[in-house]
Amino acid sequence: MELVPALARWIHLLAGITWIGLLYYFNLVQMAALKDAAADGTAAGISKHVAPRALLWFRWSAVVTWLAGAALLGAHMGDAFMLRNGFEVIGVGAWLGTIMLINVWVFIWPNQKKILGIVAADDAAKNKARRVAMLASRSNMMLSLPMLFFMANGLSHRAVLGF
Amino acid sequence: MKNPLESVVGTLISGLLLTLALVFFLKNFIVVGG
Repeated sequence: MELVPALARWIHLLAGITWIGLLYYFNLVQMAALKDAAADGTAAGISKHVAPRALLWFRWSAVVTWLAGAALLGAHMGDAFMLRNGFEVIGVGAWLGTIMLINVWVFIWPNQKKILGIVAADDAAKNKARRVAMLASRSNMMLSLPMLFFMANGLSHRAVLGF
Repeated sequence: MKNPLESVVGTLISGLLLTLALVFFLKNFIVVGG
């Protein structure tokens, strides 16, 4: 067992579970909970104490996942992103993961900062930010399905997909 | 038509369809292992 790929794979999985686990928490739990909490006036607790912590782990675990994945691909990064030389399947997973990382830092986090009051925004801007952040988060949940399929089958695609 | 990403079920169905579309794309338009 080579040390660097073994460590990179371990970190990639640990950080990836943290990232995608929190993504599913946001989509399956927090969105619905906030709607109900807003109705009975208890949403402030989630917005103040839960969401900022969850978002902190969410956005940085996304970065660590990507970096560990890049380390794991090593010299084959070009092959993966160009979908060639046996790296076609993992390459699709790498593309999807990269799009998801961009989604986190360009759409989800900047809009969440407005929603949570970390940056100043009026009510109209907050409502727009809620919509954009929700759709970006849902887009990532949608992309996570093929991303995990291609990541999980990237090393044994011939057996699984019959290529 | 309602945006499928409005609901969790719509999101999951969209993800499943996208997975199938990407498998089709890879099998038919990219020479795997080439």
